[in-house]
Amino acid sequence: MPNLDLYQEEFHPSPLVHTWLEFRKSHIAVLGLWLLAFFIVLVILGPLIAPFDPLLQNPNAFLVQPAWDASGSIRYLFGTDSLGRDLLSRLIYGCRMTLGISLLLVVISMLIGIALGAIAGMTRGVRSSVLNHLLDSLMAVPTLLIAIVIVGILGIGLVNSMWAICLALVPQVVHNTREVVRAEMQKEYVLASKLDGAKKFHLFFYCVLPNMYEMLVVQGTMALSIAILDISALGFLGLGAQPPSPELGVMLSEGLREAYKSPWLIALPGSAIFLMVLAVNVVGDGLRSALRNRLQN
Amino acid sequence: MTALLNVEELCFEQRAKHNWFNQRSGFTLSPISFELNSGETLAIVGENGSGKSLLGKLLVGAEKPKSGKIFLNGQKLSSHNIKQRCLNIRMVFQHSNESLNPGITVSKILEEPLLLNTQLNTAQRLNKIVETLKMVGLLTEHMYFYRHMLSDGQRQRLALAKALILDPQVIVADEPFAALDPSVRSQTINLIMQLQKDLGLGFIFISHNLGIVRHISDRALILKQGQLVETGKTEVIFNWPKDKYTEKLVTSHQSLIAPK
Repeated sequence: MPNLDLYQEEFHPSPLVHTWLEFRKSHIAVLGLWLLAFFIVLVILGPLIAPFDPLLQNPNAFLVQPAWDASGSIRYLFGTDSLGRDLLSRLIYGCRMTLGISLLLVVISMLIGIALGAIAGMTRGVRSSVLNHLLDSLMAVPTLLIAIVIVGILGIGLVNSMWAICLALVPQVVHNTREVVRAEMQKEYVLASKLDGAKKFHLFFYCVLPNMYEMLVVQGTMALSIAILDISALGFLGLGAQPPSPELGVMLSEGLREAYKSPWLIALPGSAIFLMVLAVNVVGDGLRSALRNRLQN
Repeated sequence: MTALLNVEELCFEQRAKHNWFNQRSGFTLSPISFELNSGETLAIVGENGSGKSLLGKLLVGAEKPKSGKIFLNGQKLSSHNIKQRCLNIRMVFQHSNESLNPGITVSKILEEPLLLNTQLNTAQRLNKIVETLKMVGLLTEHMYFYRHMLSDGQRQRLALAKALILDPQVIVADEPFAALDPSVRSQTINLIMQLQKDLGLGFIFISHNLGIVRHISDRALILKQGQLVETGKTEVIFNWPKDKYTEKLVTSHQSLIAPK
């Protein structure tokens, strides 16, 4: 290979570095990334940080006020709930549960959805359109409703609700993937690759996938925020995770009983959900514009 | 001596369709025969919808002919063996912009045909890419660029590089200069003529710019609505057109360039 390091200032960023450079330009997106990183650290290191066991009940400290209140104590930073459990520990475990499960679900449903969508987009004829129209009709129903129906069939429980949300997320991914793959397959560079003797597998990974990242990021962040909200919603309705497990939705519905006496019991889990969804959306938006700018200017 | 490319009675038919879902009008390309020697340029000329691009697509194998044979160096090209064909006959598309993948770098774009059709290892592929880039007058650094970072002329060169990278014997170019401004166009034309002289390529060139056709082509093929109107040496056709349609084309071209 000839000498490429002729000038030291010469700098050719790889696609990944390029995306990061574009991403860094938006301060809000970077802020969102910090917030998301904070939550992800909680997911990974939760048990090491949490001061108490989330299920440990202290009979001497029911409904202790948060530390900033005059009657609060620094021992329980965010106070305790009606059973004397430390709210901070429960919140940390709750983020771990809600966000961790959502991430897992999104990865699984994206993999299934992209595989099905790619097959539907690259093939033609009856099979492809049957798959498409069947899933499209499912898209008319909100995911939460589908999830509730599936939970109704499978029965109440965290694992069942995970299956339900996972299945409910798939149709959208399939639909969008198929649309993009369809559009890409009409382009002239795909014809050029076909003339080079490219098989379908190669066409997908070389021609279509590099042009699909933007859509995947949009779809992934949307699916992640939907998954977070749905998991909490099912927990709140008592269809998903069951008390006493520290899940944000469950904590909300438990806190509702003492909402007048100790509003932080719902304010804190609620804002945790809000911040999580906000961070995911801000990062997703920033990533999408970074990917678009990388390929446009 | 056998010609480099020999086309015999190539014929294409698309029936008109009238059903609920798609309407399309039929098109027929009458049997066309011609020969192309190495180092020679053949121009295909005609009005819009005359089947010029279709003929180009038939040659590279993007469309399947109804009947007829194509021989390369005396060997028949079958429509199934796409590898043999794409190693030897390469196409430069009309819109260089759309024929280049926007999502991957130039080096990846050029690497793709090598990956699919050769057994070169990574270092050899890189060498070949750099070599080809330099051949068409681009720089090594352009490897790291994306499509949107290149100018129109550079894209055209890149499209040419993608065609040349497999060391083909015939290049089919579908209006390669249509979108270029005059200075870049003449640069590209000179580049192609130079490469043709150096590598001994057969060059099939689809255009309706008669000025360029007259300048670079040795022989010309005039098409009208899928019919072969006239074929012969370019100079002969331009000076002594036999057919009325050809005469009309030539006089309209000359009235454009001749001072009044």
